[in-house]
Amino acid sequence: MKAGSSMQKFVLRRLAETCIVLLGVTLVTFLMMHLAPGQPLQANPELRLDPTAVERWLQLRELDKPLAAQYLAWLSRVCTGNLGISLLHNRPVLDMIRERLPATLLLTGSSLMLGLGAALPLGVIAAAKEGKPADGIIDFISLCFISLPGFWLGMILIMVFSYQLKLLPAAGMVTPGESGMADLFKHMAMPVSVLAAGTFAYYVRYVRFAVLEILNQDFVRTAKAKGVPPALILCRHVLPNASIPLVTLVALSIPFLFTGASVTEYVFSWPGMGRWIITATLSRDYTVIMAVNLIIAVLVSLANLSADLLYLVFDPRVRLRE
Amino acid sequence: MRNKQHKQIGFKTVVGLILVLALVSAALLAPVLATHDPHLIDTENWLQPPGAGHFFGTDRLGRDIFSRVLYGARVSLAVGILAVVLAVIIGTVLGGFAGYYGGLADMAIMRFTDVVLAFPSLFLIITLVALFDAELWLVILIIGLTGWPRLARLVRGEFMRLRNTDFLVSARMLGSSHSRAMYYHLLPNALGPIIVSATLGVPAAILAEAGLGYFGLGAQPPVPTWGNMLRDAQLYIRQAWWYATFPGLCIFITVMAFNLLGDGLRGYFNPRQKV
Repeated sequence: MKAGSSMQKFVLRRLAETCIVLLGVTLVTFLMMHLAPGQPLQANPELRLDPTAVERWLQLRELDKPLAAQYLAWLSRVCTGNLGISLLHNRPVLDMIRERLPATLLLTGSSLMLGLGAALPLGVIAAAKEGKPADGIIDFISLCFISLPGFWLGMILIMVFSYQLKLLPAAGMVTPGESGMADLFKHMAMPVSVLAAGTFAYYVRYVRFAVLEILNQDFVRTAKAKGVPPALILCRHVLPNASIPLVTLVALSIPFLFTGASVTEYVFSWPGMGRWIITATLSRDYTVIMAVNLIIAVLVSLANLSADLLYLVFDPRVRLRE
Repeated sequence: MRNKQHKQIGFKTVVGLILVLALVSAALLAPVLATHDPHLIDTENWLQPPGAGHFFGTDRLGRDIFSRVLYGARVSLAVGILAVVLAVIIGTVLGGFAGYYGGLADMAIMRFTDVVLAFPSLFLIITLVALFDAELWLVILIIGLTGWPRLARLVRGEFMRLRNTDFLVSARMLGSSHSRAMYYHLLPNALGPIIVSATLGVPAAILAEAGLGYFGLGAQPPVPTWGNMLRDAQLYIRQAWWYATFPGLCIFITVMAFNLLGDGLRGYFNPRQKV
């Protein structure tokens, strides 16, 4: 009973803190954007525009008002669920996100599943066979994958599989005029491989580390001394304890699913969020930058909160502070 | 078995250290080792394949890729090392204080961490670098100042977990001060995650800088960086395999070298793996 109410208090307090964090993030983004030299239309200096036209353009979008007024106007609009209209594309930001999110989730989701799906068993094997050849091989593979720059790997894959062997399409998500799973899988093969390789390399080291940490604990030695079979020790004693830091790590990576792997999307011309965000940032599309940063901040805050809660649930040693 | 494992860790440290030293000396000695002026444009010999005259071939303007890659190493190494030193110092100090003292200090530090963490680091870096037209030193500062929050969270978690353990309570009862307890008892026990994090930090910083170059940000041409070389190469991957291959290979080897060194050092520093 008491534990439940302190848990509620903790969640409420963290949610209140999250609101403050969100305000901070949007304010910082806003100030950063406007204090930096240059304006949306001046991002390209070769573009010679009529000054009165620029003035009218800014007036229409209320970009000529004082900064404080602009921020407050933005804030009150966001509170009603209106993320604004892209300066570059003249379309509602929310619609643009809706068009791009599925492609990104498809890409990042399948990469995370593939990478994590391989990292969990192989990380446990590497830890259980510490110092043996299996450990060394897994370690070497993860080292190679973690050291490969994703965009370079993408370029090399395109060079080999698209231009030399002519097996896979170099860009995009679907071939125009063609539909079906086979075509989609062909387009996904290279970007998903690039992302999954990185994900695998990242997680397999943490899995191994977390499992080893527990394997060296006294209670594992006790279990061994009692004669508990090694497989049972692994499943009953080691894995539940090792999962604590991993749960946090995975929870913290959830926002990444939405922003996507911008660089990989860029290399493979994937029609997702990441590529769009990069282009918007480079061309100073204020409304898109604000909206995207807000959304990401919300996701990251929620991920942090859930990571903390999972820690509490899984590890009674972490106590709530009254 | 323990002995064998020990040797393996030593092997990694040695290979990593040799590679890192070789790369650092190559970067420092770039003016001596370079066979050509990295800026010398020779349009008659553009896109020459690797050969005796040009070890790594030439680029779209006939510049020698081998020499450009050597000069590019200077940028990558400076950014990687300096940015991570900055990030590790900030992350360890803030995370350590938050985890050890708890309470108001913890809340203030962690909310601040959340604000920084709430920006996805690559976008934050790209936004800052793009908005301010950042030069190289500012790129280092930006990568360093955005790279610490994950480490801070990890260190805080470790310190929080460890400060309730018996050995720390005993140390405190025996009269060890807060700073002594943190430095001698908590920090060594938290070194594993810190080193793993720093290990992934140098490559992350080098890759971030290369990514910036790939998007046309950061150090501007004609300064050769591995990132902006890859950006140029992207248009020529059909005709010239060597153009994208060698700068990328350099990034790969450099990142690998730091990973090996970090791994070796982790085995060396972490007493639980040494026993």
